[in-house]
Amino acid sequence: MADTRSTVTLDLHGLQGLLDVLARIGFTVLGPTVRNGAVAPGRVTSVEDLPRGVGDEQEPGSYRLRQRADEALFGYAADAVSWKSVLFPARELMWEGRRTEEGFESDAGESPQRLGEPPYAILGIRSCDLHALAIHDRILRDRTYPDARYAARRKDAFLVTVDCSDPSGTCFCVSMNTGPRAEAGYDLALTELLDGRHTFLARAGTERGAVVLDKLPTQPAETPDVHAADEVTERARQRMGRTMDTTDIRNLLYDNAEHPRWDDVAERCLSCGNCTMVCPTCFCTSVEEHTSLHGDESERWRVWDSCFTADFSYVHGGSVRSSPRSRYRQWMTHKLASWIDQFGTSGCVGCGRCLTWCPVGIDITEEVAAIRADQPPQDDGRS
Amino acid sequence: MSAEATARPAAGADPLVPRPFRVTDSRRETYDTVTLELEALDGGGLAFAPGQFTMLGPFGVGEVPISISGHPDRPDRLVHTVRDVGGVTRAICAAEPGAVLGVRGPYGEGWGAWDAAGGDVVIVAGGIGLAPLRPAVLKVAAARERFGAVHVLYGARTADDLLFGADLATWASEADIHVAVIVDRAPTSWVGRVGLVTELIPSARFDPARTLAFVCGPELMMRYVAAELVDVGVPGERVRLSMERNMRCGVGLCGHCQLREFLVCVDGPVFSLAEMLPVMGAREL
Amino acid sequence: MQSLQELLKAHPFFEGLDDATVSMLVGCAQNVHFRPGEHLFREGEPADRFFVVRRGRVALDVHVPGRGTAVIDTVDEGDVVGWSWLVPPYHWFFDARAVQEVSAVAVDALCLRNKCDEDARLGYEMMQRVAQVMYHRLQSARVRLLDLYGTDRVG
Repeated sequence: MADTRSTVTLDLHGLQGLLDVLARIGFTVLGPTVRNGAVAPGRVTSVEDLPRGVGDEQEPGSYRLRQRADEALFGYAADAVSWKSVLFPARELMWEGRRTEEGFESDAGESPQRLGEPPYAILGIRSCDLHALAIHDRILRDRTYPDARYAARRKDAFLVTVDCSDPSGTCFCVSMNTGPRAEAGYDLALTELLDGRHTFLARAGTERGAVVLDKLPTQPAETPDVHAADEVTERARQRMGRTMDTTDIRNLLYDNAEHPRWDDVAERCLSCGNCTMVCPTCFCTSVEEHTSLHGDESERWRVWDSCFTADFSYVHGGSVRSSPRSRYRQWMTHKLASWIDQFGTSGCVGCGRCLTWCPVGIDITEEVAAIRADQPPQDDGRS
Repeated sequence: MSAEATARPAAGADPLVPRPFRVTDSRRETYDTVTLELEALDGGGLAFAPGQFTMLGPFGVGEVPISISGHPDRPDRLVHTVRDVGGVTRAICAAEPGAVLGVRGPYGEGWGAWDAAGGDVVIVAGGIGLAPLRPAVLKVAAARERFGAVHVLYGARTADDLLFGADLATWASEADIHVAVIVDRAPTSWVGRVGLVTELIPSARFDPARTLAFVCGPELMMRYVAAELVDVGVPGERVRLSMERNMRCGVGLCGHCQLREFLVCVDGPVFSLAEMLPVMGAREL
Repeated sequence: MQSLQELLKAHPFFEGLDDATVSMLVGCAQNVHFRPGEHLFREGEPADRFFVVRRGRVALDVHVPGRGTAVIDTVDEGDVVGWSWLVPPYHWFFDARAVQEVSAVAVDALCLRNKCDEDARLGYEMMQRVAQVMYHRLQSARVRLLDLYGTDRVG
């Protein structure tokens, strides 16, 4: 049930006001920017920093930006990098220590992040990525041994979601029940309307969001605007690039651990790990010691890791998953099946990034369909 | 598993920051295995349940998961039996009295020895696998009257690889525990049995219907032993194994130790055979 | 003092054979004892009998030039030493040495082979039992061949 307050509209001037208010409150304001031919998170101080008129074309193994015919600021689909790296940095210093006469001592570490320091306000996060954040909450925060730094960054983060208008060829959030419109988990939600004027329908999802909205020059929303926003969502829902049938997917993948399809995908998979880097729910990390030459000082860093690396599963003498086939199977089975047993939901939010950024264009919706299509007929006793 | 199978580190401590422990004793068990005794610099000791492990390592070198091999009633003395199989374990084995190592833990679900009370206990160890089982044997021996027949079946490569020789003798002579040892091959001076550890099971006298079995060793050896135990009538839910996977954090966050849906560091390392059968069947899972 | 008939009937290797068959085997059998260190047989000798161990432990040894003599198997009470008597060329591959005081029943292989030739049913029963022994020994040897307790580390 969406926790909405009264719905209002604001224009570009109001949107700039939102950026200013958030900066004044003390947030490091982040939003989508165009960088190296892709839409990726960046610092945003002005509406001019946003990707005006930028759209994208995404297919398995292919990502291209294109010029839109209009001036939409959020007319692209899933950004290239996801917001995972903001709240869950790829490299984080855990502690730094030094030898002492008795043994050693340590202090908590601080590692400056490229985009600035928390608290963060994130503009333009999509519904799929909000679901990914909720999944990360379960994994990194709601555990016996939580990641306290993630929990702190997360609590403070101000989230402004934008409803998707233009899904790409790799999107399938509808199949995963994660979009295209966010129902919860945001402070503010915007829908971009380009019907002659350039306005945004806005609704608050939290007290904090409502307080910020009150500070902006807004108009009460008219019924046609609300309908227009609903239509944006409905059109997006109809134009998903892909679908995935998730019926009983846990048992499907558990029961098919030896299916020949895994050999097929193993011929194509390069074990490059791109999918794990761009996936907004992947969370595997490694712990590294960085020690001075004389061994008296050491830093312990936590860095992103990928189950596709050859020694991810190394146990004295060799890796348990030494074949690329077993590693691909591990990633896909974990993401779509084991995750459900571990954390109560699927690990996939249908953002399609793993399709887009796979250099050989492996499509997990196609892999699931291939295994599903090749099942023995069910004998349920009725004929 | 009963609640006493788990102990936790002190609340509030950052789980990724190690506590310094000083080596008070180092004893060479075999040509590649050393037992270290350690005491906490902060004087706090480390209370643990048999079957749990710590993330252990010299400052600045790295950490590895090592099962605790000491007496559970002596939390003031942390004991680890370590085999030299790589860079970090080599450095740990080389630590002399006075050296300080970092310790995080205890972590994981332990054997749950009290679940065996009122029945027979069969403990099967292969190689270094006796180290994680030693605390369970000590716990059973300390409350011997609560258990029926107790067997320790131990297999190793050669006589030179046998651990805890003095303990094995004491358990047999003073704790009313049936101890049987077998090695893969031996010189002619060996008067014990030669063969695979599974061969010790048929001649062990226990009531399978009332038995709780603890098995630890190389994964393939555990599979064969578990199959043999089930063959003689021990229910699959009453056979417990200690699984091993690559661990980096030890606290369920880094994802390395996954065994399909299980995280070995928090759901295990001790699992029932019933839980493990579906995942042990597939290769490279 | 138990008779040979009673000893054979009580031994697991002969379980399931009827009294008449056991009586026939008694004709090929005799009680034997070995002191610690004594050999039951040596490598290369004709495999003219096998041993049903009643008490004590027997070691199977092999000498590896440059490495000394290794024990590669032991046989305890309730088990059987030797199957080369049933498979050509009927020669022992290893030495069998008593580790402790050993009491066994030695069964004459030629006598038994002849009886098996005459009585296919008896032959089948013997083959089944020997196959069981070989099966367990082979499994044990194969798994030990994997050297699971080894470190697998290079260097």
